[in-house]
Amino acid sequence: MFLSIDTAVIIEKLALIAVVVVASLVIAMYATFAERKVAAILQDRVGPNRAGPFGILQPLADGLKLFFKEEIIPNFSNKFLFILGPSLAMLTAMMTGAVVPWGDKIHILGRDFSLQIADINIGILYVFGVVSLGVYGIMIGSWASNNKFSLMGGLRAASQIISYELALGIALIALLMVTGTMSLKTMVVQQQAHWYSWNIVKQPLGFLIFLICAFAECNRTPFDLAEAESELIGGYHTEYSSMKLGFYLFAEYINMFISSTIMICLYFGGYGIPFFEHTVAAHCGTNWLAFWHILTLLFKVACFLFFFMWVRWTIPRFRYDQLMNLGWKILIPLSLFNMLVTGAVILFHQYGWHF
Amino acid sequence: MQALTNRVKQVDRKKLSFIESLYLPAIIKGMFITFSHIFKRKPTVRYPEKTRTFSPVFRGLHVLNRDEQGRENCTACGLCAVACPAEAITMEGAERKPGEEGLYREEKYAARYEINMLRCIFCGLCEEACPKDAIYLSETFAPANFQRKGFIYGKEDLLIPNPVTEPEAYAKAKGGRVAVK
Repeated sequence: MFLSIDTAVIIEKLALIAVVVVASLVIAMYATFAERKVAAILQDRVGPNRAGPFGILQPLADGLKLFFKEEIIPNFSNKFLFILGPSLAMLTAMMTGAVVPWGDKIHILGRDFSLQIADINIGILYVFGVVSLGVYGIMIGSWASNNKFSLMGGLRAASQIISYELALGIALIALLMVTGTMSLKTMVVQQQAHWYSWNIVKQPLGFLIFLICAFAECNRTPFDLAEAESELIGGYHTEYSSMKLGFYLFAEYINMFISSTIMICLYFGGYGIPFFEHTVAAHCGTNWLAFWHILTLLFKVACFLFFFMWVRWTIPRFRYDQLMNLGWKILIPLSLFNMLVTGAVILFHQYGWHF
Repeated sequence: MQALTNRVKQVDRKKLSFIESLYLPAIIKGMFITFSHIFKRKPTVRYPEKTRTFSPVFRGLHVLNRDEQGRENCTACGLCAVACPAEAITMEGAERKPGEEGLYREEKYAARYEINMLRCIFCGLCEEACPKDAIYLSETFAPANFQRKGFIYGKEDLLIPNPVTEPEAYAKAKGGRVAVK
């Protein structure tokens, strides 16, 4: 081979990054379409059906529209920060995909390609680090708009994400005590053994807390107070137009997609094929197995995305004090309780009653 | 207080029980309600492809009628213009010359006949007033134009196609309407 192994690794990773970025953009694009379709169907409507057969070109039309809109930067805004806001939101949304294992590995040209951009041993911590950066995109954008409604939305987003990240973290600690690892890849491999080895079986309460907090982190209804149209015009993106607005809206859908994959990796066996893992592994080559793995993961993601939309079109928005009560007075004690019980069970499991 | 109707429902303000305060049962119930709507029939009519059938008395844009031999019925008597509450109809009469018997049914005809569709309220009084069955309201509706003067329909816009020379266009313009006498 004329490439030294290091160059090959760099090219392999760059290719994988490109694929993941493009794939998450396309999925987010079609998530916007799916959102409108699901909303329509749940409300006994038809939904977008004009652009292309069944309206499948609708996201392209939406994107085109956003690109052609006039780009307005308010006079009294801080221009640098005004542009930085949506860019940061988009950047952090895209960065999380780096540690998600999209499949096991593929075998091309006599080399094994891992289908994970970076299998770092603190994978889930990295996710948290990046996700908590996401709030800066909203905060900076809302502050730079120099608009009271925007600032209000940004403050709400910040306080909401900070409060719910606590419960999220504590729910996760319980999970980490069970799995004993922070690498997403290792977690997925652990969950492949049996159908009952999915972490949701071991941590149902933890999953519920994680799910609720994930909704809050994504700024999705019922926690979309940051952009509550009926109260704050558009919330943090009131002053935004054109593709900068598009970036904010798009980042929300990428966040949804990524948090779905994270939840699947943590609680629903990642790319593992339920029930048939060993059968498929025995009958398929490495590449076909990887193909089925990716397909399984995408199917699970689709289910999660539907769930996100289903919830959005069912539950009304929380009031702000209800939101804070739920976060601080219910979810955090509940997650602490969950952690305590998990710890006790693990100790009991290891030592019996003699501790 | 005495209730005015028997449909009154007293608001229940008792404290939520523990299960209720978790919100989860109510949320799951709501989720199933929305889910059941996936399987409900959509009432939407996909308009440009499908149209709803009109009632037999639907009043759309006007048509100036011809008889079976393709002669114009209108005699420019002006009764429609008199009947019109919106004063949308104007016309000018003219006398039929020898040799024009194939064009106009009677000795007098409308040389100019205009309806301002922006003024028209589609009440159908012109149709009722007409003694010659010359004007009636069709099933065509929702006209569109870039200029206001485009809405002043002249004779060329209003006249029904000739049943002798273009029978298909005539049948199409006539539509599924039955004469209500």
